[in-house]
Amino acid sequence: MALDTKSETRQFTVVGTRPLRPDGIDKVTGRARFGADMTAPGMLIGLVLRSPHAHAKIKRIDTSAAEAIPGVHAVVTRADFPVIGDNDFIADILDNCMAGEKALYDGHAVAAIAASSGAIARKALKLIKVDYEVLPHVTDVDAAMKPGAPVLHEGRANETVPEGMSSNVVARYEFGHGDIGAGLAGADRVLERTYRTEATHQGYIEPHACLAQMGPDGQADLWCCTQGQYMVRDTCAAILGLKQGQLRVTASEIGGGFGGKTTVFLEPVALALARKSGRPVKMVMTRSEVLRATGPTASSSIDIKLGMTKDGRITAGFAELRYQGGAYPGSPVEFGAMSAFAPYDLDHVKTVGWDVVTNRPKQAAYRAPGAPMAAFAVESAIDELAKGFGLDPLEVRLKNAAREGTRASYGVTYPAIGLEATLRRAKDHPHWTAPLGSNQGRGVACGFWFNFGGNTCVSMNIAPDGTVNVIEGNPDIGGSRASMSMMAAEELGISYDQVRTVIADTASLGLNDVTDGSRVTFAVGLATIEAARDAKREMCKRAAMVWGIEEDAVEWKDGAAHPAGPNAGSHPPMTLAEIAAIASNTGGPIAGHYEVNAEGAGVSFATHMVDTEVDPETGAVKILRYTVFQDAGKAVHPAYVEGQFQGGAVQGIGWALNEEYIYGADGTLQNAGFLDYRIPVASDLPMIDTVILEIPNPGHPYGVRGVGETSIVPPLATIANAVSAASGVRMADLPMSPPKVLAAIKGA
Amino acid sequence: MVKVRVWGSLAAATEDRTEVEVDATTLRELLDALAARYPALRPQLDRGVSVAIDGKVYNDSWFQPIREDSEVVLLARLKGG
Amino acid sequence: MSRIHVTTTINGDPVEYLCDPEETLLDVLRDRLGLTGSKEGCGTGDCGACSVTMNGRLVCSCLVLGAEAEGAQIATIEGMAKGETLHPLQRKFIEHAALQCGICTPGILVAAKSLLERNPDPTEEEARYWLAGNLCRCTGYDKIIRAVMDAAAEMREAS
Ligand code: FES
Ligand code: FES
Repeated sequence: MALDTKSETRQFTVVGTRPLRPDGIDKVTGRARFGADMTAPGMLIGLVLRSPHAHAKIKRIDTSAAEAIPGVHAVVTRADFPVIGDNDFIADILDNCMAGEKALYDGHAVAAIAASSGAIARKALKLIKVDYEVLPHVTDVDAAMKPGAPVLHEGRANETVPEGMSSNVVARYEFGHGDIGAGLAGADRVLERTYRTEATHQGYIEPHACLAQMGPDGQADLWCCTQGQYMVRDTCAAILGLKQGQLRVTASEIGGGFGGKTTVFLEPVALALARKSGRPVKMVMTRSEVLRATGPTASSSIDIKLGMTKDGRITAGFAELRYQGGAYPGSPVEFGAMSAFAPYDLDHVKTVGWDVVTNRPKQAAYRAPGAPMAAFAVESAIDELAKGFGLDPLEVRLKNAAREGTRASYGVTYPAIGLEATLRRAKDHPHWTAPLGSNQGRGVACGFWFNFGGNTCVSMNIAPDGTVNVIEGNPDIGGSRASMSMMAAEELGISYDQVRTVIADTASLGLNDVTDGSRVTFAVGLATIEAARDAKREMCKRAAMVWGIEEDAVEWKDGAAHPAGPNAGSHPPMTLAEIAAIASNTGGPIAGHYEVNAEGAGVSFATHMVDTEVDPETGAVKILRYTVFQDAGKAVHPAYVEGQFQGGAVQGIGWALNEEYIYGADGTLQNAGFLDYRIPVASDLPMIDTVILEIPNPGHPYGVRGVGETSIVPPLATIANAVSAASGVRMADLPMSPPKVLAAIKGA
Repeated sequence: MVKVRVWGSLAAATEDRTEVEVDATTLRELLDALAARYPALRPQLDRGVSVAIDGKVYNDSWFQPIREDSEVVLLARLKGG
Repeated sequence: MSRIHVTTTINGDPVEYLCDPEETLLDVLRDRLGLTGSKEGCGTGDCGACSVTMNGRLVCSCLVLGAEAEGAQIATIEGMAKGETLHPLQRKFIEHAALQCGICTPGILVAAKSLLERNPDPTEEEARYWLAGNLCRCTGYDKIIRAVMDAAAEMREAS
């Protein structure tokens, strides 16, 4: 679909206000039902047996002792799943859900059991005998690229990988334009640095959970916490050989996802157990399983070469990025390579990305996948050069900022974008000039992310009393039901509390893409507005019938049909409620709907600013003050936009300071719990200030841009730059945990 | 003819050029023409691409019109969190 | 293995159940009594999603055995609102948009209520330290702290 609609510069009545969210009461009273909160009569409990080895051949699995335990109803291994032919994408997901010939990482599922109680299932799990042949393993990205490194798979490299590299290198990407050599030659200083970031987990507080049932007729029902019930349906159907229309997936309330719930882990296994046992099967992961076996993000190792003149012009930027995405191809390195220099207007820019497999869990998307690490490297390098020349880091960024008409490093020419606006607001903000104490330092950095559109369906039903239901197909992960109700109310000209938005199961609405890529407020919002327009057309038609005039002589304004134009005659307006009340007499129920593959989403930029204090005795970094400046296009519900900015920033703070996957020499994860995998807690943080800029997105009728992901891109470098300002040490290796910072201070 | 920018690593499939020209008036024609003219691009086209037309990103819409003077950039298929 | 018979009070209601010796109070609440408002984020006392009070003391119900509830007064999120009337904390959480996904919300509300019972006028820092055992991955805590401070102010005024 072409989205050439010009966004209206209009006065909104509902959009931009802060009404109470419709699911608020359910969520503050404990009534909301999340993934693990569902039960079914006769339900069994399913558990997964996981590999204790980082890399091992599975020679034999003996399940007979487990099966003999009373109360055990089904045991499945890979042998219970069909062979997936030529679809690598699905085959990898299956292999990740249930290992085939090899266990590829610590925590890889090798068998699963369904029993009448959790206690019986736990006991039976211990009786499954797996005969492993332990193989050498590799968990570090640079080590995995070396010739002679232990190899996970043969033959998975695509045609972009040069001959002679380790088989663990599976893809190469290159972006950019100009001539790096010439650009660097024009610099007054060229900085060369290597940066490293560890893998971090999305860290949603709700572990994966599902409840499956399936009859011998192939009809199946699945309840689960997911970012996309249609994705679950289509993936499970492909893995298990089911018909999409026979598998109905209902999304529960979702306790956080951040990208980590855009794929499946338990769901196909639960369905297989339900099929085999003939009983409903519920599966819930433990926190340790979540950390060991679901998707963290990639870890990275990045070389930067950056040239700058002494007045702060970047003459050339080069980045070579190596990301390991766990045991299967698909690390987000291409997005790292595309986004690394995206905020800047550069004549000479080149990025090379390498996708590498290692003996770690298959990475899953994490908020702006691939971009935070790349931004960490580039924004740290810019800061170091700027400071070396004694330049203001915001001025340097303004001098090089991409604007409308800039050719981005990944190829496109930007339309109107908001980067410069965020930088100017940052410069004018009191935070920028506030005094700092000793051992304190201030940092800034920018970030970029794409926004997506995608397949979207929305239905809108007008009830006889004039209230409205919006039916949409994307799980509400942070207040999107409120935003949809607001856009519907705005477009229909009725009040917010006349609208209730519900999330449909896969049988009740056409395909909706996953809640990802910051797409929901943009794409589902667009479809909601268009569905409302469809309903309005129908209501105008009904009014025209009543008035005995032509349809096109009726217009909709302020929640009512009005006669319009020279031949309309004079009739008192008919409100939505009045038209709804006589729907049966004028042709039947009134509904609007809209189905689209929403294309043409825009891009998004942010600038972050932080004050830190570094304790020279312990190396601990304290966040004193934090401000986010981001373009939202149009903030539909500003409180939830602020919430996205704040939440992303704090996830970035965790990534920068504490969070990391720690592997032992044996390749097993050493910190598979929230005690040792430490996400930020309330006492670590100050308030997170936000400044919402509104530079309308020309691709959306209200000017909305996605806002969910960009906020995690700048914090890593923002904090590293502030730590450098506070302590004089430049941390190129994340996380900046106290021992590392202390060692750097002592070594400086 | 429409000018299409391809990213660096694809140049190996397009006679070392990062800008190629094909005859196309829609997205589908564009992808078909690229595959026909540069068969070595096929593996990547099969893995999936996004196409930026005048700065907006399209994934699937076959009949999205492309003007002769449109800026067309091939991108790796986008996915988010 | 023989089960243990427990008589206890939950949100003011007399309750009896049988549980296994190793079963946690959280499992009992969720799986035996259908009180699924308390959430399990970790099962190891690290996230606070399972927070309840036992005889007025804030505990992680995943670290308490079901058998330990014998004779105790347990309060969970399900008992926080009185009929149609939300507790001021519940109301302020909705007003301040202090929840995104809402999985941490029951535990944080129970913990915050316990804070305000002890200290009706906490500083921001005291609120942050009291809630440091309750993880929220969505909000960055900003709006949660604001909601708690605002509810505290309102409750002080009302009393
Ligand atoms: S579930 Fe009890 S503290 Fe996490
Ligand atoms: S609102 Fe999602 S974890 Fe707190």
